This record gives sequence, structure tokens and C-alpha cells, in this order.
Amino acid sequence: MKRYKQMFSRLQSEQRGAFVPFVTIGDPTPELSFEIIKTLIDAGADALELGIAFSDPIADGPTIQGANIRALAAGVTPAISFDVISKIRAYHPTIPIGLLLYSNLVMARGIDHFYAQAAQAGVDSVLIADVPLHESKLFRQSAIKHDIAPIYIVPPNVDDDDLREIASYGRGYTYLLSRAGVTGAETVAAMPTSELIARIRSYNPAPPLLGFGISTPAHVKDAIQSGAAGAISGSAIVKLIEQYQAEPTVMLAQLKQFVSNMKAAT
Amino acid sequence: MSELKLNPYFGQYGGMFVPQLLVPALKQLEQAYVDALEDPAFHAEFQQLLTEYAGRPTPLTLCRNISPNPLVKIYLKREDLLHGGAHKTNQVLGQALLTKRMGKKEVIAETGAGQHGVATALACALLGLKCRIYMGAKDIERQQPNVFRMKLMGATVIPVTSGSGTLKDAVNEAMRDWSASYDTTHYMLGTAAGPHPFPTIVRDFQKMIGEEAKQQILKAEGKLPDAVIACVGGGSNAIGIFADFIPDEQVKLIGVEPGGKGIETHHHGAALSTGSYGILHGAYTAIMQTTDGQIEESYSISAGLDYPAVGPQHTHLQQIGRAQYVAINDDEALAAFQELAKAEGIIPALESSHALAYALKLAAQATEPTVLLVNLSGRGDKDLAHVHSVLAGGSL
Ligand SMILES: Cc1ncc(COP(=O)(O)O)c(C=O)c1O
Repeated sequence: MKRYKQMFSRLQSEQRGAFVPFVTIGDPTPELSFEIIKTLIDAGADALELGIAFSDPIADGPTIQGANIRALAAGVTPAISFDVISKIRAYHPTIPIGLLLYSNLVMARGIDHFYAQAAQAGVDSVLIADVPLHESKLFRQSAIKHDIAPIYIVPPNVDDDDLREIASYGRGYTYLLSRAGVTGAETVAAMPTSELIARIRSYNPAPPLLGFGISTPAHVKDAIQSGAAGAISGSAIVKLIEQYQAEPTVMLAQLKQFVSNMKAAT
Repeated sequence: MSELKLNPYFGQYGGMFVPQLLVPALKQLEQAYVDALEDPAFHAEFQQLLTEYAGRPTPLTLCRNISPNPLVKIYLKREDLLHGGAHKTNQVLGQALLTKRMGKKEVIAETGAGQHGVATALACALLGLKCRIYMGAKDIERQQPNVFRMKLMGATVIPVTSGSGTLKDAVNEAMRDWSASYDTTHYMLGTAAGPHPFPTIVRDFQKMIGEEAKQQILKAEGKLPDAVIACVGGGSNAIGIFADFIPDEQVKLIGVEPGGKGIETHHHGAALSTGSYGILHGAYTAIMQTTDGQIEESYSISAGLDYPAVGPQHTHLQQIGRAQYVAINDDEALAAFQELAKAEGIIPALESSHALAYALKLAAQATEPTVLLVNLSGRGDKDLAHVHSVLAGGSL
């Protein structure tokens, strides 16, 4: 968890926001995925958000569904995903690594065993897409026990009671949803008003990162200007992976360009 | 966090495992349901729709010819005679009224056999709601007549090609749609599964099946049946006929899951027979999954039972030993389908044929006088083309 703290204090001294790319681990293959994630880091990612492929990703639109399907077709399992994470951790000891996945993958390994494995691989935070606040207790307790930050989602329709609890339970960062719906660059981010972010910040939660529909440097800039501590971009990156899966060299060059442009907007 | 009004769990099963974004929509639905229960006008309107539009109460029919054993009487609860052709119409009318109470004008639904889609379409036509229905591409193929019915009644049918192209994938798409549209749109889930409050609401809007059947069989027999038998897809017709009998411990409750090509082949949809638990579509319940927790694709000849999970109350009833769950294979269901047609002049849905097939098995083994109550959840019109091609192709 301390890696997020260190990142945010570094960014604060630089007077900049965070840029956090998302990819699904193992998309399109475990080997290439490792190269992809290294490229994201080298191009300037401040932290990583990594997905473990699941058969039924109900919070994801077609682009990230495609990433899940490619990874599963390549034989990627949670065990292989943890191997890739361990290698990334060895490659870069200080970058915060967040996991994003669905609850059944956690349940199948046993909640506590899952968090133990994640900690061992070098994971800093876990966000479970289909575990809302009021079902989160057991997951949160295991996370804290293994020094992993439980991440909470703040949707645009959040009420004050939920905000208070999210502020007290969340660690690492707070995932601020830019809009309703599923992941995807087709529906662009709606920028939260500075009032909403100010209201959220008044509860003192972990620093808010804005996600969903972030696909251009302008989105990143706007997010930070309205008071977010940074932005998360997934589908726009996964689209490049999908588009260039047959030409890995071009893909890595494109990803490098994309991430450095996004980071430059922070 | 504002508290839930009703218990989201059945023992340790159930819950509300959905993205945070959908929690307010589920809480709004729960509130609308709790308010409706206290409103006599709601009950009156629901009752009126059930009797004057849908045709309740449905009859209870004592089979004249099909029982293989003179000691055994088989009664059929005739949900096949309900408007729409299956029990699905009951709860859809209830949810449509809730939709209006919430001030929503649009409805999303998923459908497997197309029966829930048909029920949704008819309720929306009647009550002036606009609906779009997600249906797996494979199911669209094997349930053509129902696709046409839905369209005739003004529904938009959206084919789902992701995953296995069956009910599970249709639910995924419906939930994705809902996470962007919940402000204006109600998700009319079609079975007693999914996140709270659906398992509770759908059960309560289906439990008249068991309440009526109990009165009817008491009148006919002067006693309760020995066993109540129903097929289990997501579990709505089964929980609907079970609910009122749960306190009557002497009545056996038997849920029949689709055994497909045989439990040992992995080509089946019998979640409760696998003894494996996890989270799918918002609930912690019995599911079909790999050791890693990936959801397995189910299989059944009957589209309405082709689902790799089951409603959480059934998992609970199994765990506490109050209900028993068995599996019937495709070929046994298909045989019962034909047998009921020949013996009684009733063509059952393939789903319901699973329940009947198990009743026939039990009947054959009985050594003392026995009364069996089978929920004939729907009629077989929708299955005619599919069964015809299966029989002609000799693939069974
Ligand atoms: C006639 C009929 N029976 C049973 C089912 C299975 O659903 P449930 O288990 O919710 O009753 C269906 C589903 O489409 C159906 O059409």
C-alpha cells in the first residue's frame, strides 16, 4: 500500500497528476503481455491497473470483453496472471500495481488465500468490479491483513452515507467513475464538476482517480483540472493491442506513443 | 449506507454482488416492492390482471392415462394454460406494475426459451412500456416462434453472440445495458435468481402457483401431496410451487435440473448437482465453474433450463435438506414430452418435461399409494420445430 502513498507524494511535489493505464494480463499472450506492461511503465505510467481475465465480465464493454476472451483463449489462468505480475514487480520494484477482477475469481481460490497470493506477487491494491460497499467486508478484511489496499468505486450517483464509508474503508486510491455504463471508449468520459470532486474530497478519501471513457490527453487534463488526482485509461489502450496483435513491434511503438502523450497531459 | 429493507440472503446464499453503480437501482426496486406490498391498490390491480387478463387460477389436472403405476396419481398444475404459455406471465405482470410505480417507461429483459421474453413483451404491450429483450443467438435459432411472438407484440429482440450465445450471455448483456440506463429503465429479470431483491420479488410474484395448487389438491384428495416436483432453470416455477409447501415438512419438494447429455459428460445445466458454489450474476449460489472460477457453459436441449447457476433460495433449501434436486437427461425429457402428448393430449414445454420425466420415474418405483404434484410450467408450442428436427435427425 505504501507504494501509492509514495507515488502520490512524488506527484504532489512535481505538481502533476497520475496517469494509470489498464490492460488485461495475458492479452493477447502471456509473453507479449509482459512486454506490453514493460512498455507502459517505460513510457511513463505512474501506476498500473491490471485485469485478470474472467469468463463473464459484466462491467465491461466490447473492447475489454475482447481482451478477456483473447487472454482466456491463450490459456491464461489466475496462476499465470500472478506469474506475470511477479515478473513486473521484479522489473520495477516501486510502481504501484492494482488488480481489477471479478468476485468469483477471488471466491474460487478462497478469499484469504487469494489476497495472500496477490501480496506475494507484489500487488498493491485490489478492486473487485462486482463487490459493492455493503458486500465488501470479508474482502476488505483480508486485503488489509495482507497489506493490500481495498479500492472502492465512487459512481456519479453516490450518496453522502456511501462516501463516508468509502472514505473510511478505502486505501490506496479511490476509483471515481466518470459516468454510468460499462467500460469503453465509445462513450466518452463525462467530466465531474469541481463541486462533485470537492464534495468527495471533503470526506478525505484516498486520492480519487477518474476512470471510464478516458481516451485522449484532453480527458486526462480535464480530469486533473476538475480536481482528480489522476486518470485511468483502459479501453483506448486495449484497442491498440487488439488492432496490432499481429504486429507486436508496431503495437509496442504505438502503446509507447499513446502513454507518453497521456502522461504529458498530467 | 442506507440499509436494505429485506434480507438479501437465504442462509449463506444470495446477496447483491453487482457493480456499485447498480446498487441504487436495486435499492430503488426493493423500496418500490416494499411500498407496493403495503398498498391495497397494488394488490387489487395485480390480482385483477392475473384473473381477467392472464387467466388465473390455472386448473389442476389429474392425469388419466400416463401414470405407469395404479398406486400413483399424478396431478399437473397447468401453468401451460396461462396466457403467454408459461408461468413467466405471473411475475412479469407484478414487475411491470412496479416499473410503473417507479416512474420508469422502459424495460430490459433477458430470455432463454423466449418465454420470459414473450411474457415481458405482452406485459409491456398491455401496460404501455417500451421493451428490448436480449436473447442468445443460439436460443434465437431454437426458439423461432417465440422470437416472432415478441416482435409481434412490439418488443425489440437483440441477439447476443458473446460467450455461448445462451441465457447466461443474455443476462450479461442485460446487466451491461442496465448499468447505463437504470435512470429510465427497469431490468425485468426473468427468474428467481440474480442479485437481491430479484430472488425474493420473483418468488413472491410466483407463489400463487403453490397456494392455488395446495387448495386444489386438498379439495381433490383431502390431503397434501406426497411430493411436489418442478423443473429448475433459474428456479422461478419451482420456488413458485414450493413456497407455500415449505412449512409442510411431510411434503417432499423435488427440483429437477437439466442433465443434458449426462452429468458425467459435463454437457448439462445441473448447477445444484455439481456441489460447487460461487458468484454469478449478483448472487452467491450453486454454479457451474472450473477450479479457477471461470463460469462453464451449460447445455440442455431445453433453452429455458440452459443456465449454469440457480436461484440462491434453492441452494439454501438443498443445503438445509428441505428440498432435493435431481437431474433428468435430454432423452428422458424428450420421451416424457412425447408420452404426455400421446397419453393425455397435452404438449408440455421441454422444460416442464424434465419435471414430468422425474415424476414418471418416481411413480414407476412406488410401492404404496402416492400423490405427485407436477408443475407443468409451460406448453410446448415453442418447442415443436426444435423437437421435430431432433426427432427427424435421430440425434437422440
Ligand atoms: C416453460 C418453462 N419452464 C421453466 C423454465 C425455467 O425457468 P425457471 O426455473 O425460472 O422456472 C422456463 C424458462 O424459460 C420455461 O419457459
